[in-house]
Amino acid sequence: MGRRLADFFQGRPRLTVTALLAAPLGWLVIGYLGSLAVMLVASFWHLGELSGEVQQGFSLENYQTLVEEPVYRTIAGRTILVAALVTLTDAVLAFPIAFYMAKVAKPRLRSLLVVAVLLPLWSSYLVKVGAWRLMLSENGAINWALEPFGLSGPGYGTTAVWLVMSYMWLPYMIIPIYAGLERIPDSILTASEDLGARPFRTFRRVVLPLALPAVIAGSIFTFSLTMGDYITPANVSSTQFIGNVVYANFGDNLPLAAAFTTVPIVVMVVYLLVARRFGAFEHV
Amino acid sequence: MTFTPLTKTMLRIAVGITLAFIYIPLLIILLYSLNPSQVLGWPPEGFTLSWFPEAIKDDGAREALLNSLKVATVATAIALVLGTLAALAVSRHRFFGRDSVSFLVLIPIALPGIVTGIALNATFTQVMGIDLTLWTVIIAHATFCVVLVFNNAAARLRRMSTSLEDASADLGATPWTTFRRVTIPNMRSALVAGGLLAFALSFDEIVVTNFTIGAGEKTLPVWIFEVLFRPNQPGKVYAVAVIAILLSMIPVYIANRMTREESTTATGAGVAAPAIAEP
Repeated sequence: MGRRLADFFQGRPRLTVTALLAAPLGWLVIGYLGSLAVMLVASFWHLGELSGEVQQGFSLENYQTLVEEPVYRTIAGRTILVAALVTLTDAVLAFPIAFYMAKVAKPRLRSLLVVAVLLPLWSSYLVKVGAWRLMLSENGAINWALEPFGLSGPGYGTTAVWLVMSYMWLPYMIIPIYAGLERIPDSILTASEDLGARPFRTFRRVVLPLALPAVIAGSIFTFSLTMGDYITPANVSSTQFIGNVVYANFGDNLPLAAAFTTVPIVVMVVYLLVARRFGAFEHV
Repeated sequence: MTFTPLTKTMLRIAVGITLAFIYIPLLIILLYSLNPSQVLGWPPEGFTLSWFPEAIKDDGAREALLNSLKVATVATAIALVLGTLAALAVSRHRFFGRDSVSFLVLIPIALPGIVTGIALNATFTQVMGIDLTLWTVIIAHATFCVVLVFNNAAARLRRMSTSLEDASADLGATPWTTFRRVTIPNMRSALVAGGLLAFALSFDEIVVTNFTIGAGEKTLPVWIFEVLFRPNQPGKVYAVAVIAILLSMIPVYIANRMTREESTTATGAGVAAPAIAEP
């Protein structure tokens, strides 16, 4: 069967490409983009005034609500701000360890560190949220550790959301940066050094520009994951983020929830287009 | 490049801080799983191993674990097929819209899970009128796992010169034999790395799962979600988490063995899949 197929496609490149792409593109275009289109359509539906049931007609009611009610603008702005802060925090935390792994550590230590960075991805996200919730509580580990210094932790709130999300998505930033740095040939760094650049200058003028696409690649994940999460905010704060509003409205007012998801969709599509310009996935 | 001792020391300190940040909460999860108290205060009062047998005996947790294994296995298998096909098309052929393929496979993972979850939920329930089951979860998971296989496979195919395949053809192998005996074996470690990542992502996924799973059915994260925040046996759920981490070392170890013949970077680069690729 496989042999006959392979023989059939030999010398028919166009047909081969079509056959190879049929299943993956069918799945992603019809299944996934189709679903996004369904949601876009649903965002123009509205709830009947008396019945409270979804009315399937065209209406801009939901978008009007989102634009006119200041609370939604505040929530959208807050979510994007925290996503940006988490991304920045993770980039700063990830770079030194990624650099150490890629350029300083010996192969044995390097593979050990790769495993060490990846292991947290295998431990339940929810259990980590639960642990952070306990750690941040009034009588939790953080206050206990800071108390001798006369300090106290952030408690629950937006700061806690920033902290916990930075924690959660850190491996998603470390790994791409590590892989990006690993691909920079040592000879380029040596060349910069031989030409008289001090380490800091080499870092700023050679390493950083070459690693930038990798940082942006990692930031796609930290940014997107922060913007869509509703579980962390609900557990370490009482602050509303886009995800919470969408989740809360999903059951009772699907059209409004669908309309609000256009905010993260638009932000992420713009982000991806910018990322592509920076070459974050030009080789993909 | 040479590093001054000061640079090295500073880097080591930064590495230490980051590792502490990553591992202290995990250590605390371990401590909670050993805490006999009904209220998980701090510091822990006492020590017990009894949550572990409790966790293993829990029928709900075990059933949820099996469901998660099933979902992750099938979703990974689908992602392996779709991702490999797309990677072969992109790296071995030129065609109109080729650059858009990598963009398209990336979208399901780059959009927040809540978007994917609601979109698929609306399609399943409103448009297709089908009941949500574990199968709808599998479809959803496979969708965002494709990119992990695709990126690994595409990166590998790009680095792999076609000369081996040409040689095989010159020696009289049919295209099918060449594919089976040359192309696939050379892609193996990349596929293992991508598949493992897909499995891990599916296994721990909760947001998309919440929107696509049928009432009453549970994956492990769904089970954890239900018991974690209203616990009557608080240590048990942490014990389940610790067991899950320990179990996860089995596939990681196997994958490590399977990819060992590659350079040490193979798994690292493979795991970097999410967005960037190799030259």
